[in-house]
Amino acid sequence: MTSPLLDVRDLSVDFHLPGRPPGHAVSRVGFTLQPGEAMGLVGESGCGKTTLSLALLRLLPPQGRIVSGSVKFNGRELLALSEPEMANVRWKDISMIFQGAMNALNPVASIGAQISEAVRRHYSFMTPVEARTRTAELLDMVGIGAARAGQYPHQYSGGMRQRAMIAMALACSPQIVIADEPTTALDVMIQAQILDLLDRLRRELGLAVIFVTHDLGVVAELCDKVLVMYAGVTAEYAGVDEIYNQPRHPYTQELLKAFPDLSRPRAALNSIPGYPPRIDALPPGCRFAPRCPAVFDRCHIDQPALHALTPEHLAACHLVESES
Amino acid sequence: MKSLRFLAARLGWAFLTILFVVTLNFFIFRVLPGDPARAGLRDPRLTREAVEAIRVRFGLDKPVINCVQALNPFEAGDCLVNPLDTQFFIYFGNLLRGELGISYHTNRPVADHLGQMLWNTVLLIGAGQVLAILLGVALGVLAAWKSRTRIDVGALLFSLLAWSLPTFWLGIILLFWGSSRFGLPIGGKLTPGLPFVSQAAMLKDLGRHLLLPTLTYTIVFLGEYMLIMRSTLLDILSEDFILTAKAKGLRTFQILKDHALRNAMLPMVTLIALNLGFTVAGAIQIETVFSWPGLGGAVFNAVGQRDYPMLQGAFLLLAVSVILANLAADLLYSLLDPRVRVD
Amino acid sequence: MTDQPTLITGRAFWRGFRRNRIAVAGLAMLLIALAAAVFAPAVAPYDPYAPVAITVESIYQRPGPAHWLGTDDAGKDVLSNFIFGARVSLTVGIFASFISVVIGGLIGISAGYFGGRLERWLMRFTDFMLVIPDLPLIVVIVAITRPSLTNIILVIGLLGWTTTARLVRSQTLSIKERKFVLRARSIGAGHLHILRRHIFPLVLPLLVVNSVLIISLAILNESTLSFLGLSDPTRISWGQMLNYAFERGAMSSRAWWVLVTPGFGIVWLVLGFTLLGHGLEQVLNPRTEWHHLTDHPRMVSLPAPLNPQP
Ligand SMILES: Nc1ncnc2c1ncn2[C@@H]1O[C@H](COP(=O)(O)OP(=O)(O)OP(=O)(O)O)[C@@H](O)[C@H]1O
Ligand code: SF4
Ligand SMILES: [Mg+2]
Repeated sequence: MTSPLLDVRDLSVDFHLPGRPPGHAVSRVGFTLQPGEAMGLVGESGCGKTTLSLALLRLLPPQGRIVSGSVKFNGRELLALSEPEMANVRWKDISMIFQGAMNALNPVASIGAQISEAVRRHYSFMTPVEARTRTAELLDMVGIGAARAGQYPHQYSGGMRQRAMIAMALACSPQIVIADEPTTALDVMIQAQILDLLDRLRRELGLAVIFVTHDLGVVAELCDKVLVMYAGVTAEYAGVDEIYNQPRHPYTQELLKAFPDLSRPRAALNSIPGYPPRIDALPPGCRFAPRCPAVFDRCHIDQPALHALTPEHLAACHLVESES
Repeated sequence: MKSLRFLAARLGWAFLTILFVVTLNFFIFRVLPGDPARAGLRDPRLTREAVEAIRVRFGLDKPVINCVQALNPFEAGDCLVNPLDTQFFIYFGNLLRGELGISYHTNRPVADHLGQMLWNTVLLIGAGQVLAILLGVALGVLAAWKSRTRIDVGALLFSLLAWSLPTFWLGIILLFWGSSRFGLPIGGKLTPGLPFVSQAAMLKDLGRHLLLPTLTYTIVFLGEYMLIMRSTLLDILSEDFILTAKAKGLRTFQILKDHALRNAMLPMVTLIALNLGFTVAGAIQIETVFSWPGLGGAVFNAVGQRDYPMLQGAFLLLAVSVILANLAADLLYSLLDPRVRVD
Repeated sequence: MTDQPTLITGRAFWRGFRRNRIAVAGLAMLLIALAAAVFAPAVAPYDPYAPVAITVESIYQRPGPAHWLGTDDAGKDVLSNFIFGARVSLTVGIFASFISVVIGGLIGISAGYFGGRLERWLMRFTDFMLVIPDLPLIVVIVAITRPSLTNIILVIGLLGWTTTARLVRSQTLSIKERKFVLRARSIGAGHLHILRRHIFPLVLPLLVVNSVLIISLAILNESTLSFLGLSDPTRISWGQMLNYAFERGAMSSRAWWVLVTPGFGIVWLVLGFTLLGHGLEQVLNPRTEWHHLTDHPRMVSLPAPLNPQP
């Protein structure tokens, strides 16, 4: 096997708030990404998907600390880079489409300027004219048309803003794009268009993509593998077929029950009773124990390890221990 | 098309406000107890002929407005006078011709005095404001960027202190210190009686006179600009688009300059516009302390000399300048903010 | 989750307040000033209103054992004048700002709550008053009428409400649209009831912070008026002391003590109110303490350093 494009191991992020115990937002999460591969990152709201994504780019807010792990991009340890070196990696190698494009775009700068700014930052050899040509090319690619480069975000519709974000994310031909819920707050038609666009560009450009989403339907359509997170830990990590056909973690099973019909998967993800635990008051045993339908005594005491059912199928549950 | 409408609306608004001020100015001086217009006629410095001339020229023998006599509002007999033959319209007509009355103190038309004074005030305010804005913005950016560090706390306390300084007192202290320690001039615009050999020599003298008043101005306004810049920037720097800019790998300086400051300029322009009134307050105090020959100093002198036409004229000119400057700020705002600029 | 407003409780407020050093410092400064003003006759070494024989020796005496802060142009003890001067500043500040805040609050709440034509006219009027420069207008009116303490309070108070009105209006507008107000309306609660029970309690914190700011503006305005010669001749105020000093040769006599002392008083009071207001604002509206450019040197805090290249 070739060495992976992105190799994340054991990554943990704590949040330190004054007067509270540290919150373990992400605990010992790992995954790999091959060139051109699409991975789904799913889980309920607050389970640490955004925190994990930001940690990869080292963009955590000041309360957040990466307390263990390693992130290797093409064999290079990102966590050991200096801040200026890291700034060169951002966008050039790994770019990100943020949750909510309206707020992620500067309201008083034109779309074109915001794209070409990224181009010029990482392709310093380009003249302003070349950067503008590149910007026009990108806008054409996402179906906006170069003519609208001079317009401002408020002149774009919601879907177009998201397209502009995509164009911006592709500006420096990164190898990995992290798309953090790229379609929330868009209506269903537009959601489908944006996802199609992302999927098409991914295939054309050979990008590796991390799709962060609540939506298992999206994952089924677009991804090669899935990382299911619960309260900051990996619940299950496997190829998309295993996840859908042989889910082994009770949480994954519950999630799938919430979407019985994959052809109408857009319903809200709220049918698992109860709420995830607070990250600064986690249960001592399995983090899912308070809500797990298959819970038994040991679950309240021991944290389950991540068991490998096959080399490509991992699940963190006492129930699968015997099979690994 | 739409922007034309915007322009027209703004112009109309400014025009209405000026009308409002003109009316206010008239009534304050004619109707308030004390009746300076008439009191002024009893000024012993005026000759009988001068009094008569003023009475006729400014219609002081006419009713204030139709049916309302200044001293006796219940005397209804005058209701049939021609409305154009009232003090208000005579005042208004005089204004349109640029006549603001005769100074009791110098017996020369008020308008003649005010022209030069306006420019002196603009020079002083301009220099002070430009410096205060530049320094205030710089300090505010620094404080917001380094928020919650010692730099921030220091800048914050400095600004609160600067904001709390009475302008005139700071002026006095700087004047006391600057004149005794550095031999700077104790006031005025140019050293009187000094023959200037060249333009450069004159500018140098002007600069020496401007130094302390400008410094006072700068310190007093710096604090507020810094505070606003800081709190605006703290909001902006928490916005998602700043995170986007950081994720793009942009360097901090570029993010501050191209993303944060550009957004912060809008509230700044609004603040500067709102501050124009305080600017004038500053001018009155500083020009008084430094005997600067401007409109603010004129207000002070007119109060001391009970020179009501002068006071009225200076007030009117100050108010109208503020209104026009406000208009300019409004238009500037619409140029800066793409969301207001209509295509 | 309801959207019932989370009104900060008295106890939570005090806890936040006590922890805010800026607010506590401001309050302490104000309490000292207040004590000086109230107990002025007991604290001041001389009676500033008692006549003094003016001799060449008695005027502009340097600070010394008899007069800790020297004497002024009339031979009066500067320290005693200084202590008594706090009374005018505090009186004007508090009463004038009370007038301003009541007017501004009423205009702002009615404009925001009732909307429609009333709002248009009220706000138009506010905008008119907002662009007219305050201080010149105050100077003009006080100069024409008589500079008595009452007049000064009235004029400053009646002209200082514009910013309050605008702030209160926008706050009212946003509260009005909240669900619990809409609900109260839909079950037929009367305007007075809604205003008293739902709107006012939520506008109050803003009014408190704002009135502290307005007090400091009023104090600055009063001292400026007095400095320009428009002070109540029967009362000693700091601005008046500076006016006499400035006009009567303190500069040329190099009598720095007469120039520095009263200004120090003004700064003390205004700074006290400013700090209190700033601190209150922080307590009532705590904002996040960080932003995206906050330095974050410890983002990667691994137990053992990683080797840069494997
Ligand atoms: N700046 C912060 N300070 C403290 N805690 C935080 C911060 N940001 C996130 N958290 C906590 O970290 C946990 C993970 O949050 P995160 O935003 O990563 O979740 P998410 O999976 O992206 O959720 P969503 O689907 O709603 O976007 C949450 O419990 C959240 O409360
Ligand atoms: S370990 Fe226990 S509680 Fe946790 S998921 Fe498995 S069965 Fe449920
Ligand atoms: Mg998220």
